[in-house]
Amino acid sequence: MAKVLFNEERCKGCELCTMVCPQKIIFMADRINKQGYHPATVEEMDKCTACATCARVCPDVVITVEK
Amino acid sequence: MTVVFDRPKSLRDVRTHYCPGCLHGVAHRLVAEVIDELGIREIGIGVSPVGCSVLAYNYINTDWQQAAHGRAPAVATGIKRVHPDKFVYTYQGDGDLASIGTAEIVHAAMRNEKISVIFINNGIYGMTGGQMAPTTQIGQKTTTSPFGRSAEHIGYPIRMTEMLAQLEGDNYLARGTLHNAAGIARAKRYIKKAFQYQLDNRGFSMVELISNCPTNWGMHPKESIEYIKEHQLKYYQLGEFKGGEEASK
Repeated sequence: MAKVLFNEERCKGCELCTMVCPQKIIFMADRINKQGYHPATVEEMDKCTACATCARVCPDVVITVEK
Repeated sequence: MTVVFDRPKSLRDVRTHYCPGCLHGVAHRLVAEVIDELGIREIGIGVSPVGCSVLAYNYINTDWQQAAHGRAPAVATGIKRVHPDKFVYTYQGDGDLASIGTAEIVHAAMRNEKISVIFINNGIYGMTGGQMAPTTQIGQKTTTSPFGRSAEHIGYPIRMTEMLAQLEGDNYLARGTLHNAAGIARAKRYIKKAFQYQLDNRGFSMVELISNCPTNWGMHPKESIEYIKEHQLKYYQLGEFKGGEEASK
């Protein structure tokens, strides 16, 4: 099963990952991390295909992808 | 479970000081991935510029030397000539490379120094507060061109890679972009080829990467990606200009 892991404390909330996800499952969480940003997150993990496009465009290397 | 994507080993596991959405982070990661793949971390010596990426030495885990503004190619020349067995690369922005450091980069390329240059072109001075750079687009508003850059008054943006591609010699010159996943994958291939050029003892190599500056462009990171597509990429042609397979076609 595909799985994306977000290192939420490193996320700066730039939303670039939300632009590129082909499944459109990444959204910005309501909670705020220690840096003061809304971190990117995924709830419908079963829809993830582990394409890793989000991880490749993330400027802060927040995302790890497993399959 | 197999890991599809993870942080490269040569990229230190720390928070970067870059603004949200700044593509310096992607460029750092690509350089670190290529360093990992070529296994050159132990022989790598980077030369960092003046600008936002001056702190690149905190992130990419090779040896580093910081140079005066624009002088990274000159410092890299010295390091490479004293240590020809090391891998020497510079990481420079456009205010550094295309403005104050124009003489150094042109002459390092002319001498065909066996160094590799990563040139980040975001069309603005980032660290100093968003002033106009030689690479700023016509009509682009900056703190020193508040009504937009005018061609009549200031001239047209400089295309460094094309300029250096006129020089004779076995050198590698390419321009990639960091604004989407396909562009990033292609940019990584260019960086790998550029680094391999030096490892094969061939000559000078430079990869220009089209980047953004959401803070000083005054845009959301998502809007800055659209700006790259609509303006930067219309003016700066992507591809290999010298030394690559695409160039020889």
